[in-house]
Amino acid sequence: MTQAIATGAAPAGARAVTQPKRADARDRWARRLPLLPALIFAIIVTQVPFLVTLYLSTLGWNALRPGERHFVGLANYASVLTDARLRAALVNTIVLTAGAVLVSLLLGLGLAVLLDRRFPGRSVVRTLLITPFLVMPMAAALLWKHAIYNPAYGLINGLLGGHTDWVSSYPMVAVVATLVWQWTPFMMLILLAGLQSQSEEVLEAARVDGASARQVFTHMTLPHLRQYLELGALLGSIYLVQTFDAVFTITQGGPGTATTNLPYEIYLTTFRKFEYGEAAAAGVVVVIGTIVVATFALRVISSLFRMEEGR
Amino acid sequence: MRKMGRRRRSAPALAFLAGAATVALALSGCSGAGDTGSGSGSDKTITALMVGNPQMEDIAKLTADNFTKQTGITVKFTILPENELRDKVTQDVATQGGQYDVATIGAYEVPIWAKNGWLHELSSYADSDSGYDKGDLLDPMVKSLSGEDGKMYAAPFYGESSFLMYNKDIFAAKGLTMPERPTWQQVADLAAKAEDKTAGVAGICLRGLPGWGEMFAPLTTVVNTFGGTWFDKDWTPKVNAPEFTDAVKFYVDLIRQHGESGASQAGFTECLNTFGQGKAAMWYDATSAAGTLEDPNASKVAGKVGYVYAPVVKTKSSGWLWAWAWAMPKTTKKADAAWKFISWATSKDYEKLVGEKLGWSRVPAGKRKSTYDIPQYTDSAKAFSDVTLKAIEEADPVNPGVQPRPTVGVQFVDIPEFADLGTKVSQDVAACIANGTPVDQALANGQKLAEDVAKKYRK
Amino acid sequence: MRKAAWTVTAWAVGIVFVFPVLWMVLTGFKREQDAASNPPAWLFHPTLDQYRQIFGRNVTPYLLNSLMASGFSTLLVLVLATPAAYALSMRPVGKWRDALFFFISTKMLPAVAALLPIYLVVKQLGMLDNIWTMVILYTAMNLPLAVWMMRSFLLEVPRSVVEAAAVDGAGLGLTIRKVIGPIVSPGIAATALICFIFAWNEFFFAVNLTATRSGTAPIFLVGFISSEGLFLARLCAAATLVSLPVLLAGWLAQNKLVRGLSMGAVK
Repeated sequence: MTQAIATGAAPAGARAVTQPKRADARDRWARRLPLLPALIFAIIVTQVPFLVTLYLSTLGWNALRPGERHFVGLANYASVLTDARLRAALVNTIVLTAGAVLVSLLLGLGLAVLLDRRFPGRSVVRTLLITPFLVMPMAAALLWKHAIYNPAYGLINGLLGGHTDWVSSYPMVAVVATLVWQWTPFMMLILLAGLQSQSEEVLEAARVDGASARQVFTHMTLPHLRQYLELGALLGSIYLVQTFDAVFTITQGGPGTATTNLPYEIYLTTFRKFEYGEAAAAGVVVVIGTIVVATFALRVISSLFRMEEGR
Repeated sequence: MRKMGRRRRSAPALAFLAGAATVALALSGCSGAGDTGSGSGSDKTITALMVGNPQMEDIAKLTADNFTKQTGITVKFTILPENELRDKVTQDVATQGGQYDVATIGAYEVPIWAKNGWLHELSSYADSDSGYDKGDLLDPMVKSLSGEDGKMYAAPFYGESSFLMYNKDIFAAKGLTMPERPTWQQVADLAAKAEDKTAGVAGICLRGLPGWGEMFAPLTTVVNTFGGTWFDKDWTPKVNAPEFTDAVKFYVDLIRQHGESGASQAGFTECLNTFGQGKAAMWYDATSAAGTLEDPNASKVAGKVGYVYAPVVKTKSSGWLWAWAWAMPKTTKKADAAWKFISWATSKDYEKLVGEKLGWSRVPAGKRKSTYDIPQYTDSAKAFSDVTLKAIEEADPVNPGVQPRPTVGVQFVDIPEFADLGTKVSQDVAACIANGTPVDQALANGQKLAEDVAKKYRK
Repeated sequence: MRKAAWTVTAWAVGIVFVFPVLWMVLTGFKREQDAASNPPAWLFHPTLDQYRQIFGRNVTPYLLNSLMASGFSTLLVLVLATPAAYALSMRPVGKWRDALFFFISTKMLPAVAALLPIYLVVKQLGMLDNIWTMVILYTAMNLPLAVWMMRSFLLEVPRSVVEAAAVDGAGLGLTIRKVIGPIVSPGIAATALICFIFAWNEFFFAVNLTATRSGTAPIFLVGFISSEGLFLARLCAAATLVSLPVLLAGWLAQNKLVRGLSMGAVK
């Protein structure tokens, strides 16, 4: 099986080189054709709004003052880049994303290990564990805010007693906990898939050779899981960096600006200040920032690419 | 090879062309009113966006069997929470999205939007409709829903002021009495005496949830009566002035010492629940709370609540003025049908319909004088109807404090920037409530934000 | 003994994780007063009042809209993503790395920043409050993930098997049906399920781009939040109801999901 896959991606290109030029070109087109519909679709639906954003970012346009729309050049960028709120929002975004991704990965790993063994009712437990991922995020955020964190009638204070106001005392933890609850099952599924793809014979052989369970886990399972951990971290970051529902619902970005992340800050500029030009400029800045970060993330992706080719 | 090369470029080129065409289309007429959404269907269907308050839910229930039966006009409702509604309806009218024929909007939006030419004026309809009896509408309501041209741009659905509610059982048990027109100092003393920390009963419940329409509704009335203001007549910001600071310090201290737990997340709903469960001795908030508090199905304190006027310091009264009102965006193509709905929803007959079908305590009151002459209504609202009516009549949207103001609004400053300004300052004040960060610092920040706003207005 | 401890731990963790959902379902059967009581009411008289209220508001059009938006967008995603994934894996284009990175990078643009231009473009095209707008947006939203996942699954198809089929004279259609299809079908199912979940649960674009005709289930849900009155019980009932279709689908298809996510390696 491993052999068969090894003949996959990479050699295909190599073989093409040996063919005549004309056939080569035709072949390239035959290869490209299936890609085009998706590519064109993605370009139109995602890049057109981006071009519009670029255009908007050069306008002084407050929607609440009709008739005052005018070209301001790069003035919006100046006010965005000097805005301390945006920098605070950046820090919050990083803390929120990193916190939620790391904790849900770790918990997900624990749960995946737990589920990798046979025990009575395993499939039921798995069903219970994936449930949070299936609940609508808006519903989850509302549930946590009103039914769980509420200081007067919330579940936590109901179980532990006391009158702690969880959301204002630990706003970031409250948001991250909600996200972790939702995303741990996703991480668990990916890691469980990783665990179950380990060759049972190899593990058995290691045990026969006298390796302890801990040794097997740290020296064999974890390295094997690395790709899956990276995949989980990548997908988790992509989705969690855009967290909006939870912030909007649970804390409204507060208290103060303690949990205002970039998406929420841009939302405030768009829907509370109605400074469309400024919001667009902030959007462009975030996109550029994301591309920079994504280039770093590309390293992670590249290692995933390699993994697939290498097999 | 060359041919292939050209073909190779054609795909991205095609995509770019398609993209460029879409952009051109988008930019060519951003200002034009598109034919969208509500454009489909005939005059027999109108679309309505409304906030998810109980009075709106009642109208959603009653419309089909009554309004539609009488007029043949179907009304399609979308219900959203207040925040989402505000964001969405503002964007819709500001960009001429034209998705709605009628919408519920607040007293804050009406004058601003009227000035921007986004709303259809209603005076011509209301004046020519003798059955509507526009003269019956309470004066402060009409005033706050009119534009600078004196025309009415929205019809009040229900109106409210603010007052102080107290739990008579708790007051009796502690031997306390409540004056009919308390001062804030008296309220603070009463809160200290009435609270019972071991039983989890707060001395007073006050909104601490960030938002210009949440925390700053009661807090601005406190500022007003302490002698403060956001801006003076010539737009000089006064957010870090001593009066404003004293008021905010008083409010924050009162909450921190004798307020409800979780105050920085407590808005109207949370306070309604806290007070309704008997977990607070007093509550200063909207007069519209009384209806729910006196409903034994929703509250444990029904029949045990006393109602007195909003606490004062330097002014004679300090209640706010608010209305949820029906308006039609200028983009509507069904203005006649929309007015039929608006006039029905804000009529005397509708109030009677609600009273008879759903109960008199659920009447959308606070907008018509005649409401307070209906015996069944005053009977069901005995405890609070007099105070409510007087509080509304005493509220002066033009001159709510000790100094002249540059624009209208009791608990808000009626300029588009206030929503953002008030919300940002309230976030900082919420942090003061939650963590005890100094008020001066929060207001120094607020002053800076207010100065940015004032620049646009000062000449 | 160790197995017993393992079992107890696993069950305990499972129950802790599902508990908030359980609480949500329970709360949906309470009266508003009980839902907001302090301390929380464990024993109460169950009532169907909240569900009566929900069905009184006519939930059906919202569910149908959600079903349409999620169903059609998932279908469209698969139609677009599968050939694209093929072109990035089995017979890759020259710059497959760049193409793949492009797809993933579109997912990194913040949706909030894209909303305003999308709103303006959609308004200009007269497509506000139109369910097909949501179909297109959800397709774009899920396309990168689908391309990525489908590509992983296609990489698992042994090339030798495909070549053997070609040598045997099987056409491309037959090869896809008989050889590639069976191997990647759990992958397709997993991709479809995940796309469906994300589309069904999407709130942000839905609330800003739909109005009365094409509101989706999350819009219906937030309509139960009130700023003037108690709402927790009916909100929980509504949340249960709108989450139910995805919950059922997820529970029923979880084996496919694990198999699909393991990229065909579990066999």
